Amino acid sequence: MVQFTLPKNSKIRTGKTWPKPEGAKNLRKFQIYRWSSEDGQNPSVDTYFIDLDDCGPMVLDALIYIKNNIDPTLSFRRSCREGICGSCAMNIDGINTLACIYGLDEVKGDVRIYPLPHMPVVRDLIPDLTHFYAQHASIMPWLETATNTPAKEWRQSIEDRKKLDGLYECVMCASCSTSCPSYWWNSDKYLGPAALLHAYRWIIDSRDEATGQRLDELEDPFKLYRCHTIMNCAKTCPKGLNPAEAIAQIKKMMVERAA
Amino acid sequence: MAEPKRVERPLSPFMIGPYYRPQMTSMSSIMIRITGLALVVAFALIAALLLGAAISKEAFDCVNWFATSWVGWLIWIGSAWAVWYHLLGGVRHFIFDAGKGLDIPTAEKMGWAMFIGATVLTVITIIVAVA
Repeated sequence: MVQFTLPKNSKIRTGKTWPKPEGAKNLRKFQIYRWSSEDGQNPSVDTYFIDLDDCGPMVLDALIYIKNNIDPTLSFRRSCREGICGSCAMNIDGINTLACIYGLDEVKGDVRIYPLPHMPVVRDLIPDLTHFYAQHASIMPWLETATNTPAKEWRQSIEDRKKLDGLYECVMCASCSTSCPSYWWNSDKYLGPAALLHAYRWIIDSRDEATGQRLDELEDPFKLYRCHTIMNCAKTCPKGLNPAEAIAQIKKMMVERAA
Repeated sequence: MAEPKRVERPLSPFMIGPYYRPQMTSMSSIMIRITGLALVVAFALIAALLLGAAISKEAFDCVNWFATSWVGWLIWIGSAWAVWYHLLGGVRHFIFDAGKGLDIPTAEKMGWAMFIGATVLTVITIIVAVA
């Protein structure tokens, strides 16, 4: 359902302002979303100051600085710190991206950080991705075959392999799906850009033998066709991929197959 | 083992503007829907004019007075813009559905073309209508 405001329990209060680091000359102000299930209160936005002279260049460096030096209770996911694991996806300065590969110098003014939009919050910057992962699992993200497994490996020509470029690089960070207004409002039934990009990745894989079944599964007013080509997904993807194009190709295949 | 307490989780903020920065992609898309809905006003006014004409001269004069007042003109001009924008948006959807123009630079350029194109076409419409 179309929704323009937050539910009552999600309205944001002004939070605490944490003390500035002592003796710091080069300060940067951060406004960060906080929520914990423990105190029974609504979410808040806390204000922090970091010492840029004592901190790395990326947004993730700043979050780690805060956790180490100011507030150890600040919670966020992170792992690889080089844009390959997809753990630290969050809403930074009004767009979804990976904190580890987004530079502090790319943000004008105060750095505002929220969890990925329109998701249930586990704590602070950690969204609950259970449903998102379940949608990914539903598109059968694996090679489906009917013929006998070859003795060595499933072969693929260089040209056919090239078709997977721009698709296999997805790290499932959920930035695209949570940037999509259609996904905000219909995520119960609409699969969203990430799951559909993966669906297309297996549909056009020359080795896969379940193409028809995969298209049958997607032939649904909600699963696929809630995509209105808004393209916020492609605009925000931290890996520079284009889920909107993948979805448009699936729609095209649907028409071609019906003709 | 006791049942774990069910936590009522808040929904993370999402609204375009304060929390999600407006993008050319999302703005040009939502405007297609807004212009489509806004055209209801023009259709209601056209229906009222026809209805007035069907009832009596007095009724028509009354509706016509409103339709040619500055508010009426605002509705006509706004509706002309909405029709053009909606039409250009539809053309962009045709291009998208053909699998073309789906890279961000082209999609954004087409978005600008929709806003600017609708404005230019509205000006032409006004000139033709007044002349």
